[in-house]
Amino acid sequence: MSGWTFFYLLVFPGLLFTAVLGLLVGWVDRKVSARVQFRVGPPLFQNFNDFFKLLGKETIIVKSSLHSLFVLSPLVAFGVTTLIAAMLGVVLFYGFGFGGDLLVMMYLLMIYSVMVILGGSATGNVYSSLGAGREIKLLLADELAFILVCLVPIIKAGYLIKLEEILSAQVAQGAFIGSFSGALAFIVGLLCIQAKMTLPPFHIPEAETEIVEGPLMEYSGPLLGFWKLNQAMQWVVFPFLLIILFLGGFNSVGWGILWSALKYLGIVVIMILIKNTNPRIRIDTALKFFWKYLTPVALLAVILAVLGV
Amino acid sequence: MGWYKRRLSKSLWVFHVSGSPCNNCDIEILDLLTPRYDVERFGIKLVGSVRHADVLLVTGIFNKKIAPRIKRIYEQAPKPIFVVAVGTCTSSGCCFKDSYNIVPSREAVIPIDMYIPGCPPKPEAMIAAVAKLIGVLNG
Repeated sequence: MSGWTFFYLLVFPGLLFTAVLGLLVGWVDRKVSARVQFRVGPPLFQNFNDFFKLLGKETIIVKSSLHSLFVLSPLVAFGVTTLIAAMLGVVLFYGFGFGGDLLVMMYLLMIYSVMVILGGSATGNVYSSLGAGREIKLLLADELAFILVCLVPIIKAGYLIKLEEILSAQVAQGAFIGSFSGALAFIVGLLCIQAKMTLPPFHIPEAETEIVEGPLMEYSGPLLGFWKLNQAMQWVVFPFLLIILFLGGFNSVGWGILWSALKYLGIVVIMILIKNTNPRIRIDTALKFFWKYLTPVALLAVILAVLGV
Repeated sequence: MGWYKRRLSKSLWVFHVSGSPCNNCDIEILDLLTPRYDVERFGIKLVGSVRHADVLLVTGIFNKKIAPRIKRIYEQAPKPIFVVAVGTCTSSGCCFKDSYNIVPSREAVIPIDMYIPGCPPKPEAMIAAVAKLIGVLNG
């Protein structure tokens, strides 16, 4: 462990950079949503104000909850999100690996969902445990399609599993989205990410109007602030993952910087528009949508990738 | 604490408590979120859980059945919390002030920080009241 490792984890691609960028992109989300609904929307530093306000509120540890799990799950989820952000950011900005590969990434992304489930079921509240149950079902629904989507870049890079190798393969032969199977997998991946971030139309676990934010319902003060920060950091983590897998990474020379920013903002705006134009679907509809329609499409993309299309 | 209060004033999350209202004020509160008034400009957001709230918007006259529940909701909210009484009922008692089943003093149930009279108050009046609350927080 050298000093640079701490710098990567805590400052540049890791904690500080991801948190600031995530909160800013959270503002983009709220502003674009407001403009879609012909509203004005919140000011630029709104999400920072929300986060710092939540840090100063009282923390209520619910009497009926399992105290240790209740407190630990947002913090562990925060640590996992920071780790993913650092690993992806190092590959994207410095071009070398952190020692992990795509499989580690998939495991870490699943740990985040598991923490949401544990945190929700630890509160002892009926609505929270309902939300946790729905989170499990949503994870079951999107995980298979997501794994198949992740297989496509691995196959196209010549059966290489490390993120930096996938990236350098794309530098050599062009971004994977240019091919038919890559484009197909990218579209499925975008919808899977929408479900993994529990954004509408897949905000079934935290349906605000139905089960009152589900797993987050009983959290207050700093613990809620950490959940909100995790959700903001996911606005960075998941688009970066898609950019590494399909869009050929970032270019930091000249006009390439603008092009890189456009790639990122493009993915974010597409996700926001999907979010704003679709109502919430039921959990059985979501399961049917992923297993009946998206998984066969992802499987088709894998087969096409093996055939080299 | 001045820095923290400015952050708090820019991000007031509102929880809506019905203390036996006639539903008029509640409809007017929902008007605040529509594109015409859009209180998200000031960072105000309607939240569904009282654990996330910074402001309790209380409507209606408190009758004897609802008063202990309102007290309990107030105790469940994380402090600092502000209570804004919306409507003439909560402010003065309106035409129900001599009724047999209301609590004699609403201030004895929960501390109320601000009153918005009107039956129902216009959304502009509510925005003005929230702006005053922000002014109080900023000192």
